[in-house]
Amino acid sequence: MEEVRQQVTRIPRIGEPSPPFEAVTTHGTLRLEDFKGSWLILFSHPADFTPVCTTEFIAFAQIYPELQKRGVELLGLSVDSVSSHIAWVRNIQEKTGIKIPFPIIADLNKEVSLAYGMIHPGQSKTETVRCVFIIDPNQIIRAILYYPLTTGRNMDEILRIIDALQTTDKHGVATPANWRPGDMVVVPPPNTVETAEERLKQGYECIDWYLCKKKL
Amino acid sequence: MLIGGKVMACISPEGKPTESGTKILQALQAGLKTPEEIAREAGLPLFRVRSGLRELAQAGLVTQDGDRYELSAQGVATLCAWSG
Repeated sequence: MEEVRQQVTRIPRIGEPSPPFEAVTTHGTLRLEDFKGSWLILFSHPADFTPVCTTEFIAFAQIYPELQKRGVELLGLSVDSVSSHIAWVRNIQEKTGIKIPFPIIADLNKEVSLAYGMIHPGQSKTETVRCVFIIDPNQIIRAILYYPLTTGRNMDEILRIIDALQTTDKHGVATPANWRPGDMVVVPPPNTVETAEERLKQGYECIDWYLCKKKL
Repeated sequence: MLIGGKVMACISPEGKPTESGTKILQALQAGLKTPEEIAREAGLPLFRVRSGLRELAQAGLVTQDGDRYELSAQGVATLCAWSG
């Protein structure tokens, strides 16, 4: 336990380059750099052939077309073998009719899991927790989610984060709580007294100088 | 197929290009292309094309010239042999 704990001391953080990797997947040997130019959601699940993970894989497959419209690729990961992954995705298709269209890393040596801080020994020292790393086309980590083994992830929130990040990049704005595409966005706050005065005259919907919203 | 101990997604254990490998090789029949051009033509995700080109180059079926790729003589022969 102590050995595992010592291995998991570094978790990549938002704004940092994604740790590079080369990994065996269900779609052959892939490197992080193969995804350069696309958004990438790298996510881990605890184990193949388990109930919550199966519901999540079905849900990820269902949002895959929406992700593709947004230029996003999906890459799954667990510490199971590639044969186990293949058997599981074939079983999901056989039982539900849903094809898993994205690759899954077989991280048997835990190389990628440890580089991304996906093993939380307090939860399990052998399985990855439910992590989501949202990586931009320049391979910078832009958002991170961690869920415990018992809680399946929310696909609406994952799509919402992608929409919010892409809106921020395109328009130079921020997005408020519970924002959805089409809602008003937050104008970056002014950083001088002069621009704070001017901000109130610019026709934005303002609660005060530091909180102004606009329609896109 | 295993080359250098790595799992190959573009070439089967019998040495035959897989469906995605064949699409990449076919896209290169018209000459030098970038991975982006191949992805558009073959209808494959860019990451699959990049990893596929790496495998096909390791197998000697394509060669790289800067950021573009082309079929090697062995690649032409393989494509002819397996596509009949």
